[in-house]
Amino acid sequence: MGRGGSRAAPAAAMPPWHALPDEVWEHAFSFLPAASDRGAAAGACRSWLRAERRSRRRLSVANCYAASPQDAVERFPAVRAAEVKGKPHFADFGLVPPAWGAAAAPWVAAAADGWPLLEELSFKRMVVTDECLEMIAASFRNFQVLRLVSCEGFSTAGLAAIAAGCRNLRELDLQENEIEDCSIHWLSLFPESFTSLVTLNFSCLEGDVNINVLERLVTRCRNLKTLKLNNSIPLDKLASLLHKAPQIVELGTGRFSADYHPNLFEKLEAAFAGDGLAVSVSHLHKFHLNIETVNFQVMDLIEDHGLAVVASSCNKLQELRVFPSDPFDAAGQVSLTERGLVDVSASCPMLESVLYFCRRMTNEALIAIAKNRPNFTCFRLCIIEPHTPDYITHQPLDAGFSAIVESCKGLTRLSVSGLLTDHVFKSIGAHADRLEMLSIAFAGNSDLGLHYILSGCKSLKKLEIRDCPFGDKPLLANAAKLETMRSLWMSSCSLTLGACRQLARKMPRLSVEVMNDPERACPLDSLADETLIDKLYVYRTIAGPRSDTPACVQIV
Amino acid sequence: MEATVAYAKAEAENLMATELRLGLPGTADDDQTQTTKATTPPSTPRGKKRTTTFDAVEETTVAEEANNNKRDVEAAPPVAKAQVVGWPPVRSYRKSCFQQASSKQSKATKEEAATPASNTTTSTTAANGSFVKVSMDGAPYLRKVDLRMYKGYRELREALEAMFVSSNNGSANLSEFAVTYEDKDGDLMLVGDVPFEMFASTCKKLRIMKRSEATGLGSARQ
Repeated sequence: MGRGGSRAAPAAAMPPWHALPDEVWEHAFSFLPAASDRGAAAGACRSWLRAERRSRRRLSVANCYAASPQDAVERFPAVRAAEVKGKPHFADFGLVPPAWGAAAAPWVAAAADGWPLLEELSFKRMVVTDECLEMIAASFRNFQVLRLVSCEGFSTAGLAAIAAGCRNLRELDLQENEIEDCSIHWLSLFPESFTSLVTLNFSCLEGDVNINVLERLVTRCRNLKTLKLNNSIPLDKLASLLHKAPQIVELGTGRFSADYHPNLFEKLEAAFAGDGLAVSVSHLHKFHLNIETVNFQVMDLIEDHGLAVVASSCNKLQELRVFPSDPFDAAGQVSLTERGLVDVSASCPMLESVLYFCRRMTNEALIAIAKNRPNFTCFRLCIIEPHTPDYITHQPLDAGFSAIVESCKGLTRLSVSGLLTDHVFKSIGAHADRLEMLSIAFAGNSDLGLHYILSGCKSLKKLEIRDCPFGDKPLLANAAKLETMRSLWMSSCSLTLGACRQLARKMPRLSVEVMNDPERACPLDSLADETLIDKLYVYRTIAGPRSDTPACVQIV
Repeated sequence: MEATVAYAKAEAENLMATELRLGLPGTADDDQTQTTKATTPPSTPRGKKRTTTFDAVEETTVAEEANNNKRDVEAAPPVAKAQVVGWPPVRSYRKSCFQQASSKQSKATKEEAATPASNTTTSTTAANGSFVKVSMDGAPYLRKVDLRMYKGYRELREALEAMFVSSNNGSANLSEFAVTYEDKDGDLMLVGDVPFEMFASTCKKLRIMKRSEATGLGSARQ
């Protein structure tokens, strides 16, 4: 700004900082790994915007409809690793209508066009077709990492294309996908010359896998560290497989194999005594504990006494998930209660993430848990029966969850359950400053509950609500908040079509999607404002209304 | 804040009259000064609850259910144990697997999900819980649908149309095709003859075939 112009410059004649070439800024920005920091830098001035966007290597699109694929590719031309997420979280539980959207194809097409050097692609809750996989295999000569989480729409034929076409593939990570079995031996399509695999996870695959082909693949990939199989591999073959591949550090044996082979660990232990192999078996009730265990997923068949053992042995535990073995069994024959969670929270100092399904809880237990573990970042408690109060005092669990949000200042994700009134939402709104994702079901008494959340919770990004008595008023009163969030899902609440229309008019940068009851004969346009709607999904977007909605979804 | 004052006022005015009743009346909040009711889901999950906080809990009657607004609940007679859609929030593939794991018999191989112990209305047929394959003549690959997600034939038909018809042949519609299914005995049946729940529990896979091929399966249905 007028300095350094005509004055005598220092001997080295360095350019003033604001005239440094882009490459210098790009190098500086490479030290900002967090996308939010890079975004902030890009907002400082035009030259930083230019430098930052042209050097961005990793891009995460948390909502595939927030921007168009073309926008993304144009703005960030140098991306090497992209992650795109699609359907709302409640799609996992069947609440989102089929054919809702989230097709990966437009993203793959845009990437093939604009990012030929793409190395990593990750899709979550999207519809990925075999054509997408074929295009990926054909378009990116240095493709290395494919991660598909909770996706559907593809088959083993698509996997075959990846195996055959991606010469430099390091990671093939398939988590919880719906994969059609076309009886194609896709594993055998990795060429004999292919040796670059580091991670292979096909635990969600239903079909059989040729053990000999697997063995040959695993043997020749000397850098293979993580192998997660499905349960088509018989136990005895597993041991011989591992003998041939000592480079494997982490092994997953797929779902439920241990239920049918209770001797699994004894056998594996005998085979690998002292090798330091970490074996993880999902959904296991006969568990094998390792003092180094960091993530532990188990079914409630472990019961309180089992969790007590976990508590006393695994003091490095960071994440615990306990699932219900029989979610629809009212009698609750399994003895897993609040006790188990209290024990683990008391004895595992590094525990920061919990997903816990149980049938009873008390405020006292929650208060104790909050006191024990102020370092929780993710606390998801699901009391299976809706509206369950404290089973001793019969009070709502407001006090317990309030204690959690008051104590755990770093909490970023919370799911509440049980009998809850508006009071708990007042606490959450006031105290959960870092909360980014909140899941609410069968809770609250009135509009106030939703108002507390939307007018508080400074960092809220994702809010998902079902079966709560929340109506139009708090939604409209807090419309501006919705633009600061990624998305809002509300189903089976008390919202009217009129409020959705108003919201859409008021906030043009939000996309307001209403999913109507398919039993209704008439299209949304002809319905009165007073009509109650079943499902609402609102998200901010710069791409305008999408054009791929099925008949039961309408953008208001 | 203005908004808060408005709410407090509205609460004080007792919104009960305008509030929509969704299920069981009564709430636990005797401590609360306001008397707004908690709405509960229309499903009456269990006859005998451990959680009897509701002083005013009444058995849900058929009449009461009829008064409630339609919600996202599978249709079930009030007496039977109704399941709320998507609750508890467990992924569907986990559900079917859990039922396997907790079943008393030990199975040597992975089989199709056994009938759960309790008398729930889950329809578990295909290997993936209630997901059944759907094939359509002329379509290059198959799809899968979760039959538990649909309340009736109409919803299912609309979903199938959305899946197959809109993407492929824009002009054709589902009335040119007959929707058939393979039942537990392996027989090919026309969809629509039996009550939806019965169909959902016996259907193994769906096949959408050209009407011209569907001769001999009875009167052509919508």
